Amino acid sequence: MAGKRRFNYKTREGLQGYLFILPWIIGFIVFTAGPLLFSFAASFTNYNVTSQMDFIGLSNYERLFSGDQLFWTSLYNTLYYVLFSVPLTTIGAIFLSALLNRDIPGMRLFRTIYYLPAVLSGVGVYLLWMQLLEPGTGMVNTVLAWFGIQGPNWLFDPEWTKPALIFMKLWSVGGGMLLYLASMQGISKSLYEAAEIDGANAWQQFTRITIPMITPVIFFDIVTSLIGGFQIFQEAYVMSNGEGGPVNSMLFYNLYMWQKAFEAFDMGYAMAMSWILFVIVFALTIVNLKLAPKWVHYEGGGK
Amino acid sequence: MVKQTADVHQKFHQPKVSHFETIKGRRQALNIINWVLLAAGSILMLSPLWWMLVTSVKTMQEVMTYPPTFWPESWNWSNYMKTWEAAPFDLYTVNTLTITILVVIGNVFVNSFIAYGFAKVPFKGRNALFAIVLSTMMIPGFVTLIPQYVLFAKLQWLNTYYPLVVPAFFGSAFNIFLLRQFYMTIPDELIEAAKMEGASHFWIWWKIGLPLTKPALATVAIFSFNGAWNDFLGPLLYVNDENLYTLQLGLQVFKGQMSTQWNYLMAGSLLVLLPVIILFFFFQKYFIQGINLQSGGK
Repeated sequence: MAGKRRFNYKTREGLQGYLFILPWIIGFIVFTAGPLLFSFAASFTNYNVTSQMDFIGLSNYERLFSGDQLFWTSLYNTLYYVLFSVPLTTIGAIFLSALLNRDIPGMRLFRTIYYLPAVLSGVGVYLLWMQLLEPGTGMVNTVLAWFGIQGPNWLFDPEWTKPALIFMKLWSVGGGMLLYLASMQGISKSLYEAAEIDGANAWQQFTRITIPMITPVIFFDIVTSLIGGFQIFQEAYVMSNGEGGPVNSMLFYNLYMWQKAFEAFDMGYAMAMSWILFVIVFALTIVNLKLAPKWVHYEGGGK
Repeated sequence: MVKQTADVHQKFHQPKVSHFETIKGRRQALNIINWVLLAAGSILMLSPLWWMLVTSVKTMQEVMTYPPTFWPESWNWSNYMKTWEAAPFDLYTVNTLTITILVVIGNVFVNSFIAYGFAKVPFKGRNALFAIVLSTMMIPGFVTLIPQYVLFAKLQWLNTYYPLVVPAFFGSAFNIFLLRQFYMTIPDELIEAAKMEGASHFWIWWKIGLPLTKPALATVAIFSFNGAWNDFLGPLLYVNDENLYTLQLGLQVFKGQMSTQWNYLMAGSLLVLLPVIILFFFFQKYFIQGINLQSGGK
């Protein structure tokens, strides 16, 4: 009797559980899984939203790899951006949080100041940086001139557009900083006190205690910023009026995909592009997960 | 304790070392260097915002003067009135608020509901399904964006706010994750006790779950507000009618009209950023909490 009632309650509870997550299940099918299946199938067609959807085999993929110079340009630009922005923002955020993680007067105010730029985004921020980087009347070159440095033409010089965007990205280093700060504040003070008595200097304490203890957060930060970095789009779109110029130097992968999908309506082709991006991001995440045990330190005996 | 004995040790046995060679002294010296670095960095971080403010009140003539200055000749606050009138910013504001409020409501209630299910209701396959939730965060946005566009086009939703608002009512992986983290900190005994009284999970979610997770809901609300307010890609893709333009789209168009009239462009940008800046100063705690919840899960 009792057993039966219990079973019934469990079943009823289980049903309630599915009802709770029902919105997500519907959303997942309609906005994620369904579109993924459609996109995968359509990447083998010449789909253009309105009139045609013929199966053309691997043609889209062949065209991408062998016939489309701009595809390689956009991939190069994106890799360039990721390769510099991810390490720089990670190192910058760790360094800043180490500075902040001390009992010094004004710590809360500093934290607020460093975090503020990270919550700002959108067209307003891009316009601000277009002005800051304006070669003649912008703030950056004005300040450089104080030190006798002739600043570059930033967004007008194809050599300098990507460094300019990386520079802008560094302004929002505060988000990552807070992530590390939260983790550093969880490290037991006694570890540092013991090290101090053993004569370890600040640098040794930082490399031997702080860094190993925050490796799980470093890992999380690198994985998410890699995924995010590959998807750079809005800043490049606004700053180059959707064209990716000058000389395609801001034609990032997503921007090129956007042009193919929503300007040329070469949808099949754009979807093929999106799957290549997916594979790249997925592979990098897997590599990260495989490498993690070698350097990420989890407390409580995990390797 | 340990520190104290170390100090005592030094006081009595090494009386001749200079102040900065002692542990305490070294720490003080480091703190000073630290403070100077942080202060210098703060000026660097704030200077773009100061520059935006200063540029926005300069006359066009002064904007073009070389070298430009960090203090304006005169504070022309009328630039803001002129900016506001140069484009239908009031309409853009109403449009943006409409979308933002709906997105925030959807995100707060629906994600809380879903997260409660994943955190507190046992059912078959819960862990596997939650793993799927997390793994969807890895999918690059454009992979689903293009087919979603096709879907919304077929539904005749182009040039409406539906594509921007409706998905917010079906949960987002990041917010589900964040709220589930918070629910996990609520003791199961509390839920069990309510179940003993015969309460259903829906009642428990509404009467206990929602009130107890208020701080986390505030975090989700603020993040969603920020996301919807700053969203440029969504409106760019789905909205063509100028009467439906949001602030982000409007600002992009305004940029085209003003070309290099940086004083008006900076005034417009600052106006659009201002609500987020104000929100940040009042609710900083919740921004930071969001970050802590993220790192707690890793």
